[in-house]
Amino acid sequence: MSAFVQYTLQGLAAGGFYALAALGLAVIFGVLGVVNFSHGACYMLGAVAAAVLLDLGMHFWVALAVVPILLFGVGVLMERLLVRWLLRLDPLYNFLLTFGLSLILVDLVKRRYGVSGLPYERPAGLEGQLHFGALALSTYQVFVCLFSFVICALVWLLLTKTRVGMIVRASTEDAERSRALGINVGRWVTPVFGFGIALAGLAGVMAAPFRAITADMGSNFVIILFAVVVIGGLGSILGAVVAGFLVGLVEAYGQAYAPTFAQVAIFVLMAAVVLFRPAGLFGREETA
Amino acid sequence: MRSNRPAVAVAVALCGTLALAACGGGGPSTAAGKLSNDKVVLGLLNDQSGVYKDLSGPNSKVAIEMAIADYKAKYGAKAVAKTIEIVTADHQNKPDIANTKAQEMYDRQNVDVILDVPTSSAALAVATQAKAKKKLFIDITAATTALTGKSCNKYTFHWAYDSYMLAHGTGATVVNNGGKKWSIVYPDYAFGQDMTKAFTTAVKDAGGTVDQSIPTPFPNDNFATFITKAGSTNPQVIGIMAAGGDLINFVKQFNQAGMRDKATLAVGLMFITDIHSLGVDQFAGTTFTDAWYWNLDAQNKAWADRFKAKTNTRPSFAHAANYSAAYQYLEAVQRAGTDSSDAVVKELEGKKLNDVFLHNGLVRAADHRVLHDAYLAQVKTQGEVKEDWDYEKILTTIPADKAFGPVSAACKM
Repeated sequence: MSAFVQYTLQGLAAGGFYALAALGLAVIFGVLGVVNFSHGACYMLGAVAAAVLLDLGMHFWVALAVVPILLFGVGVLMERLLVRWLLRLDPLYNFLLTFGLSLILVDLVKRRYGVSGLPYERPAGLEGQLHFGALALSTYQVFVCLFSFVICALVWLLLTKTRVGMIVRASTEDAERSRALGINVGRWVTPVFGFGIALAGLAGVMAAPFRAITADMGSNFVIILFAVVVIGGLGSILGAVVAGFLVGLVEAYGQAYAPTFAQVAIFVLMAAVVLFRPAGLFGREETA
Repeated sequence: MRSNRPAVAVAVALCGTLALAACGGGGPSTAAGKLSNDKVVLGLLNDQSGVYKDLSGPNSKVAIEMAIADYKAKYGAKAVAKTIEIVTADHQNKPDIANTKAQEMYDRQNVDVILDVPTSSAALAVATQAKAKKKLFIDITAATTALTGKSCNKYTFHWAYDSYMLAHGTGATVVNNGGKKWSIVYPDYAFGQDMTKAFTTAVKDAGGTVDQSIPTPFPNDNFATFITKAGSTNPQVIGIMAAGGDLINFVKQFNQAGMRDKATLAVGLMFITDIHSLGVDQFAGTTFTDAWYWNLDAQNKAWADRFKAKTNTRPSFAHAANYSAAYQYLEAVQRAGTDSSDAVVKELEGKKLNDVFLHNGLVRAADHRVLHDAYLAQVKTQGEVKEDWDYEKILTTIPADKAFGPVSAACKM
């Protein structure tokens, strides 16, 4: 029994991280309708940036604030130079564009930093373990989970409860009418895209202490993130968070009770959701 | 070089005389006349862009160029191989691509010997081509013992290491040092399964037990639950058979789970590039078997300095082994006076070889396993590291005749 509880805790901890990593994907899709396949590559850039900055003496805690700002810049450039020109076309075009972009980013990092990865030390203050009776979780895992939860909640509040959030959603859901009401619609596209990329970068920094920092680290990960977003309902932030935890749990139980099935289980879950609720758990039918 | 200078000199003299006799003391191209296409072509087939790029990859070409330079410097005008070329190809660790590329190298690029080839399945594909085309293949970076077992053939050599060497080097030694209770975590594909089998045998033979071996998906990022599970039987040693990024993921999460205080970590296959990329601190204290270490002695160090001057990085054992294989191949061509495969094989089989990589080397004639000293290594702690890449403490030298397994009954040349 205590093993089961331990696996559950680990699943929740992993799930928090998945939710955070998928959040930017959900924001960009929900607000702009862009399926950003380069999310994995941007997540990788975040981790690589953290490692490079650490080498220059910048601590984890500082990187946690600085790297998302850098990635915001990257996102703004991507949107201004590339993504914006395809917004009016079928979403498939931006999907292909961002896919190509991710290949370029990965290869550029490989060229500069090789394939075997960069070192990263354990952040001070988060070493060791937290014990709950017979159970133990690494402090860092618990931190990642709580931190992710807070960020997800803030983003959700920002988009649903604030004036800025409402303007952003109005501009993208009904651009014509928003324009008629005097909102400068085009103004919001760039910062929203940049914000989504910044969230990917933030997840990358969080990943640096407990995952291998390699050019390829996002390539498989992005597939899991897509599963999270599809399960939650494309574009739904609440959905991404719930699905993140769900996927974390499914993976943990899979690892514990059917090890080689662990990753398949996630996609079986995704297939089931798509079959029975095509719009995802929290998706609106029209976005499906 | 610590090679057999007198023997080589005699061989060279003999070759020279024979060549002169054959051509009636003809022009300067006498020796070259015995080479196919008047040149020797070395084919480097490995991972040029993927997960194994850093541990061998493009820098192995640099190592092979060093071998060519050393060969030319040694023989000068007397060199049998006057023109030596290298061709490279990226097999992306896929057996089908390796197969096509090997065919292309042997048939269209006139390659005389293919070198390196990481990834066991890819290496086995190339071995099959070597046998069919009757051209040489010297494998460096693949782990499978099948190359000298049921897939062995006259034209295939296995130069640097194999899963038996890793398992017996690490498994047996760790058990003898008191680590009797093991859990093994392995990626569920050919390499991981092979390694787990070899380690389980080695641990049991030495008197230890493997309480559980846990398969994981491959590739995999999240090992938290697997680590908890591995620790559930209170093992003294946790063996991890993953490589590359998965290994790094595992070790980071192993340390974070506080397992380092509860169990010793033994890594199945580790390259120095892995230590470099994870940081010495995360690996400190980990034991593993190494085929070669750049900072072992003055000879290795001197070679590593030359390598660093060209690449700005330190060599892995794969780089040194590529150098060694290319160099010894050229020496064999020199002795044979030709690059004809059968003659070169004859010059390699049963030969005692020594160079920067091969310490007490011997090419076992029965299965073409190259025996040489191996090393049980431990990763240093941050405080012990004196310079960049100075990561390993060599605990014991495993003598050449003990480091590798006996000839497999499955090998029929």
